Amino acid sequence: MISIFGVPGPLLFGQLSLGLINGAFYALLSLGLAVIFGMLNIINFAHGALFMLGAFASWMLLVPNTWLAMISPGLSVPDWLSLGYWPALVVAPVLVGAFGLLLERTVIRRLYKLDHLYGLLLTFGMALIIEGLARNAFGSSGMPYRTPDALQGPVNLGFMFMPKYRLWVLLAAGGMCLLTWFLIERTQLGARLRAATENPDLVQAFGVNVPRMISLTYAGGVALAAFAGVLAAPIYSVNPNMGSNFIITVFAVVVIGGMGSILGSIVTGFGLGIVEGLTKVFYPQASATVIFVVMVIVLLARPAGLFGKAA
Amino acid sequence: MGVTTVLPRTAAARPFSIFGFSSAQAVAFLLLLAAIVLAPLGIYPVFLMKVLCFALFACAFNLLIGFVGLLSFGHAAYFGMGSYVSAWTAKTLGVTPEIAILLGGLTGGLLGAAFGALAIRRQGLYFAMITLALAQMNYFFCLQAPFTGGEDGIQQVPRGDLFGLISLRSDMAMYAVTAVVFLFFFLLIHRVVHSPFGQVLKAIRENEPRATSLGYRTDDYKLIAFVLSTFIAGIAGGTKALVFGIATLTDVNYAQSGEVVLMNLLGGMGTIFGPVIGAGIIQWTENALAGYGSWVTVTQGLIFVACVLAFRRGVVGEIAALIKRPL
Repeated sequence: MISIFGVPGPLLFGQLSLGLINGAFYALLSLGLAVIFGMLNIINFAHGALFMLGAFASWMLLVPNTWLAMISPGLSVPDWLSLGYWPALVVAPVLVGAFGLLLERTVIRRLYKLDHLYGLLLTFGMALIIEGLARNAFGSSGMPYRTPDALQGPVNLGFMFMPKYRLWVLLAAGGMCLLTWFLIERTQLGARLRAATENPDLVQAFGVNVPRMISLTYAGGVALAAFAGVLAAPIYSVNPNMGSNFIITVFAVVVIGGMGSILGSIVTGFGLGIVEGLTKVFYPQASATVIFVVMVIVLLARPAGLFGKAA
Repeated sequence: MGVTTVLPRTAAARPFSIFGFSSAQAVAFLLLLAAIVLAPLGIYPVFLMKVLCFALFACAFNLLIGFVGLLSFGHAAYFGMGSYVSAWTAKTLGVTPEIAILLGGLTGGLLGAAFGALAIRRQGLYFAMITLALAQMNYFFCLQAPFTGGEDGIQQVPRGDLFGLISLRSDMAMYAVTAVVFLFFFLLIHRVVHSPFGQVLKAIRENEPRATSLGYRTDDYKLIAFVLSTFIAGIAGGTKALVFGIATLTDVNYAQSGEVVLMNLLGGMGTIFGPVIGAGIIQWTENALAGYGSWVTVTQGLIFVACVLAFRRGVVGEIAALIKRPL
């Protein structure tokens, strides 16, 4: 058996892969926060709640008759309406994204002329409402979500056995990050988006519908969070608190990376996941706090964040 | 934040002033004083003490949000650590209650000095996120540290004898102490806000680059205000620990940080009496909804959204606008 720094290989690689999974979620969530912040100038505190909503949406799509019966006995839909994991991967983000669009159109839009801090307070309130309602409807204990059949079991990577599902999450999250990066940095739509981030008035003067772009940006960022939620559903139990546990850590990730660059968010997210995984191996007591400690060090050494522009 | 007290304060508008209180504020203060004295006749004193502790906590928070424009989204860290240290020293070391409360305040202030020095390196939204993240770090520390008792917290903390002489076991005695602590720090905050130091803080709130260009080291002023605020938050937490004889993870949780923001938003940020009214309303709704589980959370969320959308001046801010005098 290989041993690295006195730690057995399987343990090290196991924790590293778990760390990378967490890192994938940090990357997806901080990416969404950064995109939304760029356009709307608000920190979306509801991001964690919408991540949770994505997980719940996929769970509800999987077993619609279970929760319909919870609402009122006898209520049910035909079986073909219960969507499995793969359709949910698309449908849940679309549904939650549409919900985000609704929130932006009805509520968040009213804040653009105010101090940015109000956006934080408003979205915090929305997070409380969403999580409170979810707790009322489903309790706080959580629902199991079965890993899809095609992704059951481990896969041999040569140096370790890795559950297929974890490998899939890494690939899917990594792919989604790259897709987002490509969309923003390499397409015409992305170019307009970046231009509108810099100077919305000028871009509007060129005939681009900036308010619609802002709405769609929010919906897109929310859909990213929901996509992460669907990926997370089989790993963590689907429960109302899963988002709030994540979001504060993601804030620290955002402070560490700075919100200036898309690639920066992705690299910081994955990197901090690895750091957390390694801490679990070498000094488990600190694994919950290590990201915050990194944040303190970054604030002391480079207050603008690793990839941030000095503000 | 933009819409705090922006009422004109010309010389003609305040011909009368006692201890920095305008006539309207003096009347409001007398009403508050009367309420504190008379309320225990009709209302359960333990609930009143809870309100007073949270009102003090909210006033400490208001010192930052209302008068320096800093949104500290992790104020539960200082409140909760104050509560833990006060409970631990009173129970394990057997110190007298006034010392325990003071140690709670010092803990809050020390933690605030460390966290504040880090957080003021960034501004605006980043400041809020950093204070929140640091408070979460503190939460995980409390979850694991042996002296906090983890999930159980520190329970059965004795109230002890004030100065080693007066037993606080009766609720009325404890109420008197809580009321004195509250009034002392309430007036202290008021005094600070109306001192030359407080004027500099307001200048920073309105236009920080300008304050810098006038020669003020704004970071130093912000840090001093932050430490003062966290010290008072620690005092509030320590007092609460003695009132209930318990210190738990709830006190350091981010939900508590959110709640103190809500009290200020609802009562009126940047007003002197707003946080007190806000704390009263929030505690009352929590009491009223206690049996309904997560509806408390939903209600608080709804109040948040409603306040931000339509009611940014808060209750006291609206009254002040109505009578055209700052409160």
